[in-house]
Amino acid sequence: MERIKTIATRDLQ
Amino acid sequence: MVHQYKLNGYNIVLDTCSGSVHLVDEVAYDVIALYKEATREEITARLLEKYADRPDVTAADLAQCLDDVAALEAAGKLWSPDVYENMAFDFKNRNHVVKALCLHVAHTCNLNCSYCFAAQGRYQGERALMSLDVGKRAMEFLIENSGTRHNLEVDFFGGEPLMNWQMVKDLVAYCRQREKETGKNFRFTLTTNGMLIDDDVIDFCNREMSNVVLSLDGRKEIHDRLRVDYAGRGSYDTIVPKFQKFVKARGDKNYYIRGTYTHANTDFTKDIFHMADLGFTELSMEPVVSKPDDPCALTKEDLPVLLDQYELLAKEMLRREREGRPFTFYHYMIDLTGGPCIYKRISGCGSGTEYMAVTPWGDLYPCHQFVGDPKYLLGDIWKGVTNTAAQDEFRHCNAYARPECKDCWAKLYCSGGCAANAYHATGSISGVYEYGCELFKKRIECAIMIEVAKNQDLAAQGIEVPVQLGGTCTACADGEGCAE
Repeated sequence: MERIKTIATRDLQ
Repeated sequence: MVHQYKLNGYNIVLDTCSGSVHLVDEVAYDVIALYKEATREEITARLLEKYADRPDVTAADLAQCLDDVAALEAAGKLWSPDVYENMAFDFKNRNHVVKALCLHVAHTCNLNCSYCFAAQGRYQGERALMSLDVGKRAMEFLIENSGTRHNLEVDFFGGEPLMNWQMVKDLVAYCRQREKETGKNFRFTLTTNGMLIDDDVIDFCNREMSNVVLSLDGRKEIHDRLRVDYAGRGSYDTIVPKFQKFVKARGDKNYYIRGTYTHANTDFTKDIFHMADLGFTELSMEPVVSKPDDPCALTKEDLPVLLDQYELLAKEMLRREREGRPFTFYHYMIDLTGGPCIYKRISGCGSGTEYMAVTPWGDLYPCHQFVGDPKYLLGDIWKGVTNTAAQDEFRHCNAYARPECKDCWAKLYCSGGCAANAYHATGSISGVYEYGCELFKKRIECAIMIEVAKNQDLAAQGIEVPVQLGGTCTACADGEGCAE
């Protein structure tokens, strides 16, 4: 079963 | 570096250097926690024992979960390497430009707030108003030192800037003319206590100011305890109707209702909710900056209360959003897929280098919180920066400058923290204001949790949002990315 969900990632006054 | 935490029923895993945020179940949470300290076989044995009463947790299932974690690591989304440290120390050699000024147009104030870091607007000096000539020269200093930067920012600050209102208007007009001649784009902001707001101020600001920051501490009894005039009268009843009129007329332009909380209102969420109930939706609330012996100062005993308050705030914001009456809290605005680039994350606010404060007589300081401290007088708007030693100190002050921060998961979010807070707490801008760190980390945890919760709310409606800019979104028919 899927136990991990990636929500987001950020390609780096 | 990986940071794991549980909040509001969510198990969240943050990979610091890739900015990846993962929502995981209890089993995966444990797998990730053990992954770097035990073998696959040891992890499997320990978790089969721990979850013996769970039929869904089998050896095969754990093997799949371990494979998923390994795949995320290989993809650079877990334990991604910190490759940015060398960049941080290359900053000294980078081209430096000035792109923002905090313009102290008035070192005087019509309120007498006891907690004011600027000593009732005088900054430990004489009362003064900036002349238009000094203002114009400050703008020329900014243009001359801005290099190829297109966007230039000027915050009208004080003291109370509306006590020098005609000069503000004249200087904006001057800059609009200079925009045409130089190709620059000026973005003006104004920070005010609101006492002198009238129709002229509202009309002008809504035309010319890209943002206005309006000072309100929340509930009347809280606000009026400290924000009083020189006769000791509270200012709440005067400013709230003015702010409501101002914000209503402002339409969709940016504003913030900005409060300060102190030892007297560690239950500050009540003040934020009060602001929201007054009809304001763009809110900011900051911990007081004061000497430790000040009665307003936050204490060690206050800290757990404050951390709980931030969690309470996050949960209430989600509740109100689901009810269709959302509000924004500045510190919970976080863009997980399109946030700041790595250079911004390392260098932070740019105080002392790309951002400076200008006094009414044209002296330059690293930011408004250093004004009046002779050690940090950088120069002036005619000769430029002459105290290069002080500026170099700020140039090296970044997310990688402090050994204490080396293993901190939040360093690419706080950029090493506020130099002024560090200076006032430790005597060095490269010190660590640990109290502020604890508050900051809690705010980031809450901000990320809110984004996770929103993501799950959308998923429950069958909408999957992209995990990365340029990804495919199913929120609307064309599949294009959007601002949501």
